[in-house]
Amino acid sequence: MKCKTSAEVGGMGHSIKRKEDARFLQGKGQYTDDFKFPGMLHMKILRSPFAYAKILSIDSSAAMELEGVLAVVTGETLKEYNLHWMPTLMSDTQMVLPTDTVMYQAQEVAAVIATDPYIAADALELIEVEYDPMDPVINPHTALEPDKPILRPDKEGQTNNHIWHWETGDREATNKIFDEAEVVVKQDIYIPRIHVASIETCGCIANFDKINEHLTVHMTTQAPHAIRTVLALVAGHVGLSEEKIRVISPDIGGGFGGKVPVYPGYVIATAASVLIGKPVKWIEDRSENLQADSFARDYHMTGEIAATKDGKMKALRIKTLADHGYTDAAANPSKFPAGMFSVCTGSYEFENAFTEMDAVYTNKAPGGVAYRCSFRVTEAVHAIERMVDVLAQEVGMDPAELRLKNFIQPEQMPYKTPLGWEYDSGDYPMTFKKALDKIGYDELRKEQAEKRARGEFMGIGISTFTEIVGAGPSKDFDILGIKMFDSAEIRVHPTGKAIARFGTKSQGQGHETTYAQIIAEELGLPAAHIQVEEGDTDTAPYGLGTYASRSTPTAGAAAAMAARKLRDKARKIAAYLLEVSEEDLEWEPGKFFVKGAPEKSKTIQDIAFAAYTNHPQGMEAGFEATHYYDPPNLTFPYGAYICVVDIDKGTGEVKIRRFLAIDDCGNIINPMIVEGQVHGGLTMGLAPAMYEELIYDDEGNILTGTFMDYLVPTAVETPAWETDKTITPSPHHPIGAKGIGESATVGAPPAIANAVVDALAHLGVKHVDIPVTAPKVWQILKEKGVAEA
Amino acid sequence: MIPAAFEYFTPSTLSEAIALLEEHGDEAKILSGGHSLIPMMRYRLASPEKIVDINGIPDLEYIKEEDGYLKIGGLTREVALEDTPMIREKYPLLYDTAVMIADPQVRNLATIGGNIAHGDAANDHPATMLALGAEVVATGPNGERVIPIDDFFLGLYYTALEPTEIITEIRIPVADGNSSGTYKKMERKVGDYATAAVAVQVTMNGSGPAKVGIGLTNVGPTPIRAKRSEELLVGQPITDELIKEAGKLASEDCAPTADLRGSEEYKRSVVSVLTQRALKTAFERALSS
Repeated sequence: MKCKTSAEVGGMGHSIKRKEDARFLQGKGQYTDDFKFPGMLHMKILRSPFAYAKILSIDSSAAMELEGVLAVVTGETLKEYNLHWMPTLMSDTQMVLPTDTVMYQAQEVAAVIATDPYIAADALELIEVEYDPMDPVINPHTALEPDKPILRPDKEGQTNNHIWHWETGDREATNKIFDEAEVVVKQDIYIPRIHVASIETCGCIANFDKINEHLTVHMTTQAPHAIRTVLALVAGHVGLSEEKIRVISPDIGGGFGGKVPVYPGYVIATAASVLIGKPVKWIEDRSENLQADSFARDYHMTGEIAATKDGKMKALRIKTLADHGYTDAAANPSKFPAGMFSVCTGSYEFENAFTEMDAVYTNKAPGGVAYRCSFRVTEAVHAIERMVDVLAQEVGMDPAELRLKNFIQPEQMPYKTPLGWEYDSGDYPMTFKKALDKIGYDELRKEQAEKRARGEFMGIGISTFTEIVGAGPSKDFDILGIKMFDSAEIRVHPTGKAIARFGTKSQGQGHETTYAQIIAEELGLPAAHIQVEEGDTDTAPYGLGTYASRSTPTAGAAAAMAARKLRDKARKIAAYLLEVSEEDLEWEPGKFFVKGAPEKSKTIQDIAFAAYTNHPQGMEAGFEATHYYDPPNLTFPYGAYICVVDIDKGTGEVKIRRFLAIDDCGNIINPMIVEGQVHGGLTMGLAPAMYEELIYDDEGNILTGTFMDYLVPTAVETPAWETDKTITPSPHHPIGAKGIGESATVGAPPAIANAVVDALAHLGVKHVDIPVTAPKVWQILKEKGVAEA
Repeated sequence: MIPAAFEYFTPSTLSEAIALLEEHGDEAKILSGGHSLIPMMRYRLASPEKIVDINGIPDLEYIKEEDGYLKIGGLTREVALEDTPMIREKYPLLYDTAVMIADPQVRNLATIGGNIAHGDAANDHPATMLALGAEVVATGPNGERVIPIDDFFLGLYYTALEPTEIITEIRIPVADGNSSGTYKKMERKVGDYATAAVAVQVTMNGSGPAKVGIGLTNVGPTPIRAKRSEELLVGQPITDELIKEAGKLASEDCAPTADLRGSEEYKRSVVSVLTQRALKTAFERALSS
């Protein structure tokens, strides 16, 4: 990509180093737990050992006697203020603290407020809770059976554990294609419950000033403004008013969707601070984070494709059972209960499609969150990319050939899918062919044939996925009715330096650098001279936050639009200073010059100075602009991934020999940051594909509640990623960019799963659920009689 | 993740440490590298009232050959096994084991004595020491005593060590030019305990082994010596069939239980496969040295 600006200016396309890294690399980031305030108290939470139990009594007298303990907060305490339940974003309800029943293991039961965290931890052991354990509902497949207890009798009209049914598409037309199809394939696919496991756990410091009735909350949140509004809405009745709430989201050690929800701990800490009038800090430990904070995925899907016998796909059906835990606390900003799952037709042309889903309650932690994707896109992509391979195997076609035969073609863009999305741009065959060439696909197939003849197992897996990011157009997206625009406010100072503030919140994405580059591109001000700020609701313009790869599609667009407003004003000032009409001026990044007389020019810095010192009469002084950008459509980045694996037939271990990721995210702001995003995303795609799973036993005990058993891959497990790109700009985005933070997480798992199945396909293996672990693969090898003993 | 309160002692001599253990009995725990004890305390699975930190005791960190033994001080850090060329050259089993233990940060502090004293069959050194035919030197109120490794591991977290004793040295018969070994560990990810692991040490006499030691990690309540496999191989010419049979016997003689790392059947199979692979590597190394 050719850069329009010089390296000094550092606009789009320059791999400038990340401005934020100076502090991160020197350990000088400021995270929530780094803040200390005078008189600050500490909160620790007592959690349930049972998945489902009546609480008969809670005796906190011994805990209260411990020196340094100020309060033990229980559901009964909160009930006095009607704060023991809170609404979820999905119009469900969630306990802040229980008054009578615990619904999952590790649920909050009581909270201790003490003068230091050590005393608080000791006090937890002194709280005596009498439980009456009950048989929990763990398996979602049997959750609706009549003999199962109704987990949510508190909800009016609830006669079983069903939460909602959702469907989209034309059921009858789709069924008709299936009825008449030459080939139908069907496969159960489970995409397991996982956890984002960000390096920084969740936490907050609630600080209520009783005199001024003002609340400041430092919180690890991806959406500070939304949190402020939620706090005002849920606690308005106890005196919190939005103008007196300030949410500060400082540096964040990873979010991935896990820091979008409001967790009970936030509400308890806030309530405690309001009651006591002192700052209350709550920081989760790792196990609390893994066991109680929102999970992701947990979709039991059954996919079906109708096709011709020569592999032309005609229709898609997916039926899903969603396990939401005891409440639907999904961090889902769309108007659809399953988020953007209906992007499940993928990169392929279908005559029709239909998908339906039922969500059920179980005695597990509530959720879910996205885990580095637009809500429910990874599930959709996993289903379609697996199903395409299942079909290829059924009709005896190479999976690459089958994909090429069924891609939506570039000339069909913008393309309306049968389930209602309008893809903005993409050239799927071009990107995929580049991947096939680059990895040497034909050679690999030859090698595979030779290896098979020798009894060795090697597999090649493909994923040619389409992502859907940038939530989102107000017709489909809102949070509590607030439309999902995002915002930028640019203030250029008289000396030509600027501060820009945004409604989003970086958690490692590099916003301080990339937003500055967008403004540099539009105004010609060096990116180094633009200070980017986010996360303080008192100073930043209102925005919906950072998740679902929405920052570049929304706030990035807002940055460009605000900068263009400034450029319009700059043109007027330049015309005045050069004593020509506006039409006589031409712009090049950083200056206006007179057409035909380039020596007559004014730099953007000259103009900024003039805006404060010598602006035309009748014009407002100053050089500032704000823009709220409501995107006309989502952006649809895509990629072509190819994974090569070798399987150890003695142990069942899968080794990824090569993994090539070619991504297309439209125009690129900072290639280095994009590559970093892809590397991180691929690793977080590897994680659920081969390592991570939240596993419960039949009693509802979580078996993977620590990093001993919840296996987050490290650099040792991570293959050397090979990356490349194609560039197909978004036609509707002001700078032609698409979100890239999550593509790789979405696209990688099916490439890995497909490679493993491909290695075993000649044995008749059609599917392996992720995570593809060594014992799972060994079991297959053994059953097929090919395991080395 | 905050441990219960405890009293903390930092003896500067061995006798001072032993006196503290005598004084406090069951209430006291020895803190060495701390990589097993501290997590248990932070989860409050263990809440010892007294911690006797032995890290300040001098002269317990060494690796040397002396009197026909390789002698390793009880406080020697795992990283020392990685960094000592003599270990890598003459005792590849120890080197291979050390690099598979947890991760570099842990190995910088974790001690070989602690790895053994914890009595955890999931730790890596116990099986290694079985294969090497080591001896544990324990020092207590009555001075030193030498415990053969086969008598040391008595049960889960249960060893022959008295509550008043500290492991001060591990002794391994000096390896000669005909000996070699290796450690094959299967783990779910780096830093994990073994799904199963196999330690093998062989001493060759011509084309067959004069001595074979095979230790199995994390496939029973204690580390397990694959005795029948050892006996099968001693004095026999090495063949693929024999190695295969040795693997089979080892898989029969272990006692794994199902957990998230795999089923009992899977673990037995992994023991068989790793035993065969470890034997092959050990024989190749011994014959080429």
